[in-house]
Amino acid sequence: MSATTTENGTTFVPTAETLGAVLAPGVRPPRPSALSASLTFGWRAMLKIKHVPEQLFDVTAFPIMMTLMFTYLFGGALAGSPTEYLQFLLPGIMVTSVVMITMYTGVEVNKDIEKGVFDRFRTLPIWRPSTMVGYLLGDALRYTMASTVILVVGLVLGFRPQGGVSGVVLAIALLVAFSFAFSWIWTMFGLMLRSEKSVMGVSMLVLFPLTFLSNVYVDPRTMPGWLQAFVDVNPITHLVSATRSLMAGSPDAGEITWVVACGAVSIVVFGALTMRLYNRK
Amino acid sequence: MRDRTTDLAIETSGLVKIFGKHRAVDGLDLTVPAGTVYGVLGPNGAGKTTAVKMLATLLRPDGGEARVFGHDVLREPDAVRSRVSLTGQYASVDDEMTGVENLVLLGRLLGHKKPAAKDRAMALLEAFGLTEAGGRQVKTYSGGMRRRLDIAASILNTPDLLFLDEPTTGLDPRSRNQVWDIVRIVVAHGTTVLLTTQYLEEADRLAERIAVIDHGKVIAEGTPGELKSSVGSGTVHVRLRDAAQRPEAERVLARELNTRVHLEADPVALTARVSGEDTDAGAERAARALAALAASGIVVDDFSLGQPSLDEAFLALTGAPPGERDRTPTDTPATGQNAQEEAA
Repeated sequence: MSATTTENGTTFVPTAETLGAVLAPGVRPPRPSALSASLTFGWRAMLKIKHVPEQLFDVTAFPIMMTLMFTYLFGGALAGSPTEYLQFLLPGIMVTSVVMITMYTGVEVNKDIEKGVFDRFRTLPIWRPSTMVGYLLGDALRYTMASTVILVVGLVLGFRPQGGVSGVVLAIALLVAFSFAFSWIWTMFGLMLRSEKSVMGVSMLVLFPLTFLSNVYVDPRTMPGWLQAFVDVNPITHLVSATRSLMAGSPDAGEITWVVACGAVSIVVFGALTMRLYNRK
Repeated sequence: MRDRTTDLAIETSGLVKIFGKHRAVDGLDLTVPAGTVYGVLGPNGAGKTTAVKMLATLLRPDGGEARVFGHDVLREPDAVRSRVSLTGQYASVDDEMTGVENLVLLGRLLGHKKPAAKDRAMALLEAFGLTEAGGRQVKTYSGGMRRRLDIAASILNTPDLLFLDEPTTGLDPRSRNQVWDIVRIVVAHGTTVLLTTQYLEEADRLAERIAVIDHGKVIAEGTPGELKSSVGSGTVHVRLRDAAQRPEAERVLARELNTRVHLEADPVALTARVSGEDTDAGAERAARALAALAASGIVVDDFSLGQPSLDEAFLALTGAPPGERDRTPTDTPATGQNAQEEAA
């Protein structure tokens, strides 16, 4: 009962002794390093997952649905049987699912930025991008979970990667790293656009063509020339090729380099634009 | 240690912020001595929050200069950030996280190692009477608890300058008194507080100096006593038993209070502004005026002495209610004329 009254503020009286004990003018630890601040914001993202576990629905149910749907929908027609097709499809559907869920980064940033707590973060003497890096670190965990879920579903359905454990782990690592880099486009949109809905709208416009107009579902050689031209420059195509090659145990250095370069460009361009918006918000 | 009393915590000159065509802050000049509570008083939309956001490095000024402890807010934002804390108008804490998590997160961001951040969080919760609530998500807190957590977060590293943007708006009287007590204790330990408020009473109780702002400009500045002597310390409302005695009552009140007396629409009611250096002096003069009414044989049924409201302060300082100062005179008859028209 006494606890209740305290919480309601009835018995709380601020006194010079109790408050004075926690006031220490002039005492300040050195400012945290960029890494430490980023990891702390990453921890914040983890806490959010802990308190709102429903958000993990996106990274579990959606990938399972995608994998089952396309395996059985196209498998028989395109490769003779779903199991045959799965050997081709799984790396691609993993890339599609993970790249699709990157858009939640933008939605989350957009929702959060209007809250008063952001004003506090922005008045702290810390490395400015750490707030955004923290988001993406939390998201990297979600990407890893989604990849693992798809891998497990795939293995159950009969996916047998030739690259073994190391090939699969490297493929997932490359995918998560690329998605981390690619997500900066969403932090940018999250800060730029006015509402969650517009962020969602823009992400659909970007993500649908990027993921479908690629080599995820079928061999691009059957497509018309103009479409092949787009598919060939689509970074998702290169990411899928690199992931397939790693899982198949025959890493394609050219494709991997392409993916790494593309991620680096994304961080530099969209990271800079994100921070410009963040500082002016 | 630095001599805080001779330092300036804030110095702005001609500070400007424009949103589209709206000049939210329009040539703001402030000088805030260190070690005091400085009140910024004004109605909604006067530019208080915008000014605070510029001083806290959240918004870039479009013109003028602002220095916090001598550091320019545009050129040395990190130097400013390391010395200030902000408790915004909307609680600057994370609803989905617990009280402990909020404070530990902030402690880590302010450079404390994990065990130190945890210890600090626990000590702050204890000091702010939130120990029991520490493990609960902030969204379950009452307004007063949330505000206390917010202030606790702001003094995690005791700042040299604390911005409190309308810290008591929306709080019940008890929580408001708690916040006032906290502010007094924080300032007694050497932190300068810049407090924005819509309430004259709040500024009066806490601040050593007050700037009254409207339309992004300072329209009056001084100690609470100086401001109130320019505003009058309140208004006395008198209700007579007999309407026929009102002209006589008007003469007596005008003589005793040395001011113009307003005749209300109600034929037995009169209102007069009471001047005086402070509330006590005003009350004394009002009491003398009532005694004079009794001595003249006028029967008073009811009377009350009202604190000057912010509206009255604005009237006295600008000649127009808050927000209406820039209209043309024909649009905005003075309130005194209004009262007379209604009475007629």
